[in-house]
Amino acid sequence: MFGDYSLGDLGSIFVMQGFAGLILFSVYVLMALGLAIIFGQMGVINMAHGEFMILGAYVTWMTSSFFQSYLPSLFSGYFFLAMILAFIASGALGMLVEWVLIRHLYKRPLDTLLATWGLSLILQQAYRSVFGAREVGVELPQWMLGSLHVTDSIEVPINGVFVMCLTLLITISVAYVMYKSRWGRQVRAVVQNRIMAGAVGINTEKVDRYTFGLGCGIAGIAGSAFTMIGSTGPTSGQLYIVDTFLVVVFGGAASLVGTIASAFSISQTQSTLEFFMSGSMAKVLTLLAVVGILMLRPQGLFALKVRK
Amino acid sequence: MTDNRFFNRSELIGILVLAVFLVVVLPLTLDVFRLNLVAKYLTYAFVALGLVICWGYGGILSLGQGVFFGLGGYCMAMFLKLEASSVENTKIQSTPGIPDFMDWNQITSLPLFWQPFHSLTFTILAIILVPGIFALIIGTAMFKRRVGGTYFAIITQAVAAILTILIVGQQGYTGGINGMTDLRTLKGWDIRPDHAKVVLYFFEVGCLLVCIMIAQFVRHSKLGRILVAMREKEDRVRFSGYSVANFKIFAFCIAAVFAAIGGAMFALNVGFMSPSFVGIVPSIEMVIYTAVGGRLSILGAVYGTLLVNFAKTSLSETFPELWLFGLGGLFIAVVLAFPNGLAGIWGDYVQPRIDRLMPSRKSKPDGWTDSSVADGAPAE
Repeated sequence: MFGDYSLGDLGSIFVMQGFAGLILFSVYVLMALGLAIIFGQMGVINMAHGEFMILGAYVTWMTSSFFQSYLPSLFSGYFFLAMILAFIASGALGMLVEWVLIRHLYKRPLDTLLATWGLSLILQQAYRSVFGAREVGVELPQWMLGSLHVTDSIEVPINGVFVMCLTLLITISVAYVMYKSRWGRQVRAVVQNRIMAGAVGINTEKVDRYTFGLGCGIAGIAGSAFTMIGSTGPTSGQLYIVDTFLVVVFGGAASLVGTIASAFSISQTQSTLEFFMSGSMAKVLTLLAVVGILMLRPQGLFALKVRK
Repeated sequence: MTDNRFFNRSELIGILVLAVFLVVVLPLTLDVFRLNLVAKYLTYAFVALGLVICWGYGGILSLGQGVFFGLGGYCMAMFLKLEASSVENTKIQSTPGIPDFMDWNQITSLPLFWQPFHSLTFTILAIILVPGIFALIIGTAMFKRRVGGTYFAIITQAVAAILTILIVGQQGYTGGINGMTDLRTLKGWDIRPDHAKVVLYFFEVGCLLVCIMIAQFVRHSKLGRILVAMREKEDRVRFSGYSVANFKIFAFCIAAVFAAIGGAMFALNVGFMSPSFVGIVPSIEMVIYTAVGGRLSILGAVYGTLLVNFAKTSLSETFPELWLFGLGGLFIAVVLAFPNGLAGIWGDYVQPRIDRLMPSRKSKPDGWTDSSVADGAPAE
């Protein structure tokens, strides 16, 4: 299968596919970060995670339409405001959901799966009723269109680079919040030993609520970033949810490094394979590999060593 | 357990009531179109029944039952499709004698794995063995390494995703996204007209009742008690010298085979099979039927399936928008308020009243012990 290409061609192919994989990687990381917090730290299986992401996408779309009609002069910068709004909207909804639904189910992780699946159906129908069943696409500002020519045969789209920078920024912020800030220490304390954390004066209910909100808020940002590379419909979230869960589980649920490493390996495998066979077969092979490795290493690539 | 080892009297009455309901009441009151709809719903009841054993009793939540439903359904559909693609029927194709979708996809000869499906005996064996062995492989790989709970659920979900993508992608071999349509005859007997539908309905009800008996047997045997013990305190059972993995594998395989029988019935009754019954969404819906009916109740699973599907059909005909809100709300309500579903309501509220009216009958059937009502899902 390599016969038809010269070495130089192959090199560019790998770079280009590698780059496409990096964009996929960024999307996976953004989605998986939120899920890693919710599933990894809290043990809640949030099947509605995709819908929180779509909420962020819709908020971005509304912001962009608003800027287009009322503030066309500021349109090139709408995205930064949209992201903040997406974070707030998804985070607020997440906290509401935690208060109404999730907090009753902490002792029954499998039931959170069913309940949040019900929630995802409700949200999907809500989006369909409010925004219509049609997919919506966001108009990109001028500076995000086009691509950078690295060499004659290699070019990279600017919006892809932007998504990657954004991912980097958010990953660093999450790592900082979880591992350096006072609040992050409280979160990890609650995860490791809820009763003890409560005994030393941490308000565990509040920590839970904000953690869930943070995870959903990051999903909102992911959705916001997602609008730059694809269109959004009421059911788009469902397409990604299994992939995202696999990323988190494959990496080792509570490990940030693991999540990033597994997102990287999955996305790169898939985009490299995609060049040599149909997209669906590439996906099948990638998922099979992931499932196979998970059977050998059930705790994921980077398992946190804790006493149970 | 007064009368018999495997039934106490109220369970026997329950099964008889269900049998009368399915065999006498429904065929007399519904027209053939509605009866065929019930037949379609009942195919999911097989899956729900399997889930009662594997999820309710074994504590193993599989989100990939659609895989087994699909494997059974596709085995049946392949046989029917081959019969519908005889040389005379397909003489307008460039290669007569092969299924139409293969012809469209420029496949000129029948693939090797299709060949044995010319035989009905092989097909029936395949319907049971293919999903059974597949479940055995997955189960062995997972449970021997003590993968359980949420991880198992997510991995089975991934398997469902893989199979769907594979079926859709390999259009030439599987019919792709359209699936296998235009299934006509079973051994020369036309399955499409009304009287055939009625015969198939009764056949299906018969199979369902047999499966209910098997489930009842599993539940009351020592095996069922070990499953419950495992669900409640897995380590303790392991330390007592039982091979926890083997019991889990067995429960998972039974659930898989039930689902596959349901799938095969589906292909027969509905006349087609497509990947839209294999993936994640249908798999989760099947779990929901079980949850609504009651994850600990064999009969509850059947009633839950019928009820949710009836509601789905009638509501989505009249209020297509409200339906998803209703379904979503139902899941949440069941999980939050009635972890044991309809059967739980029956066992906790209705039955005690009946018992008070008829003091000769004894207590509620075992299965929903008080502790399992209180915390619902098994401890991890």
